[in-house]
Amino acid sequence: MSGGSALIRRRYWTTRRRDQLTAYVFITPALFGSLVFVFLPLVLVVWYSLHEWNVLADTFNFVGAENYRKLADDPNVPAVLRATAFFSIGLVVLNLALALLLAVLLNQKLRGTTVFRVLFFSPVVVSLLAWTIVWGFLLQDNGGINGLLDTIGIDGPNWLRSGGTAMASVVVVQVFKNVGLNMVLFLAALQGVPQDLYEAARTDGASPWTIFRRITLPLISPTILLTSIITVVGSLQVFAQISVLTQGGPGTSTTVLVYYLYQQAFQFHAFGYGATLSVLLFLIVLALTVLQWQMRKRWVFHEH
Amino acid sequence: MSTKAKLFLYGILLVLCVPFVFPTWWMITSSFKPNADIFSPSLLPSSWSLEPWRQVFELQPFAQQYWNSAYIAVVVTAGTLVVASMAGYAFARIRFRGQNALFLLVLVGLLIPSEVTIVPLFRIFNSLGLVDTHWPLILVPMLGPPSVLATFIMRQFFITLPGELEEAARMDGLGRPAIFRRIALPLARPALGAVAIFTFLHSWNLYLEPVVYISSQTKYTLPQALTQFTDAYQGQLWNVQLSAASMTAIPVLIVFVIAQRQFIEGLAHTGLKG
Repeated sequence: MSGGSALIRRRYWTTRRRDQLTAYVFITPALFGSLVFVFLPLVLVVWYSLHEWNVLADTFNFVGAENYRKLADDPNVPAVLRATAFFSIGLVVLNLALALLLAVLLNQKLRGTTVFRVLFFSPVVVSLLAWTIVWGFLLQDNGGINGLLDTIGIDGPNWLRSGGTAMASVVVVQVFKNVGLNMVLFLAALQGVPQDLYEAARTDGASPWTIFRRITLPLISPTILLTSIITVVGSLQVFAQISVLTQGGPGTSTTVLVYYLYQQAFQFHAFGYGATLSVLLFLIVLALTVLQWQMRKRWVFHEH
Repeated sequence: MSTKAKLFLYGILLVLCVPFVFPTWWMITSSFKPNADIFSPSLLPSSWSLEPWRQVFELQPFAQQYWNSAYIAVVVTAGTLVVASMAGYAFARIRFRGQNALFLLVLVGLLIPSEVTIVPLFRIFNSLGLVDTHWPLILVPMLGPPSVLATFIMRQFFITLPGELEEAARMDGLGRPAIFRRIALPLARPALGAVAIFTFLHSWNLYLEPVVYISSQTKYTLPQALTQFTDAYQGQLWNVQLSAASMTAIPVLIVFVIAQRQFIEGLAHTGLKG
């Protein structure tokens, strides 16, 4: 008997060991990728940010915190951060409000909502550049939108070339591109609200608005938090839209952080300063993520 | 709901549809207009011209660029599926030493947008002599941040699989690799589909990376090529540009219409986990 159990135990251990080996083999590519394409460049970006490094002039000198002093003194940086904040906040507010409105509408008992769902979602799968280019075309001074406004007697502005409208235009283009994603998430959340809560509220004579505010909103608050975080972090990565529609202008009014980083590193060849801006971008994303964890604990009504 | 209320709702939905559907419609119809009346506000071209569609291929090696985007997206998608499903499976189903620490290590990648690391990555690829090749556009998405998201999604899926299936297979004498291939992977089809859609679109839309890495016109990917249609005086050839944009958008839109449920659920699912 004892020999048998030893045999079983030995077999168990060999299976266990083989399993372990398989596991290490299975995670090797992902681990290698994380180390080489995430961690190594992250360490390097901090290291580079401590250097004055111009590719054209072929200089690479350790300068300590010089780039960070430059960052603090750079007259463009406040404008860049303002533009970034404006884009992110504008996008999140408009995106979430519209996504919620569309989800509520599609959640009605109505025939054909599937078709509308597909239509509202379709820009998500249209190539980003195609979508941006056609909106750039529509927003030209003599483009489709001003043509439309003209027919009702309004003289539209040159949307992408005037300081007051350029950023708002970029935000709107991006809202319509991706609002479908948040709409679908909200729709799933709305369908998860127990029907008997609505029944009970209606029997108590609550108005639709009260029901929405007191029952629907609290119950979908985890989804609201989640979508707002995804949308904010995504908004910090906006590049193609700025590059195609406004090239950061007029002035610096649409120069968001990633676009400024690109200009400094790849147009002005100031790699050290570009790395410093990358560190700033990383810190902002990190701060937002920590904020998300904190808010999850406090604000959200319930967690699955 | 009363008929009146229904009609009212339909009215609202139709109006709301305009900014979602009209741009795509306008892109496709305007691509058949001559550049002279490209700004004419008619919903359909007064005369249909295939000239802009032909010019797309004359002004740039567009077929080559199309192929570049297509093969890169396919390779990245296939590679990501392999990398992410293997790692996701191991993290979810096998107990091994250092599992939690290693998983945490991989997860940190979710925190780091690829824009943060583009300066050092450019330097690395430059020193390897891989600038102006497609390697950065393949390797970084396949192994970097997007692949981390895919790994996370696959792990979340594999964790929900009932253990009995694997036990039974084990009794039949199957080893881990066989269990993974024959039992777990076939069950993971919905998750794999979601990851495939998300990865393909991510690669298809990639813009900052090609702009940074690629400088030869024959190596451009579509997003990069789309911005380059100008005449000899740098004037924008809108109709040609819109033709190229249509060619980029239409195939994906067709697949979307056919498999809209998988697209919507898949992308919402991956977005949710991101």
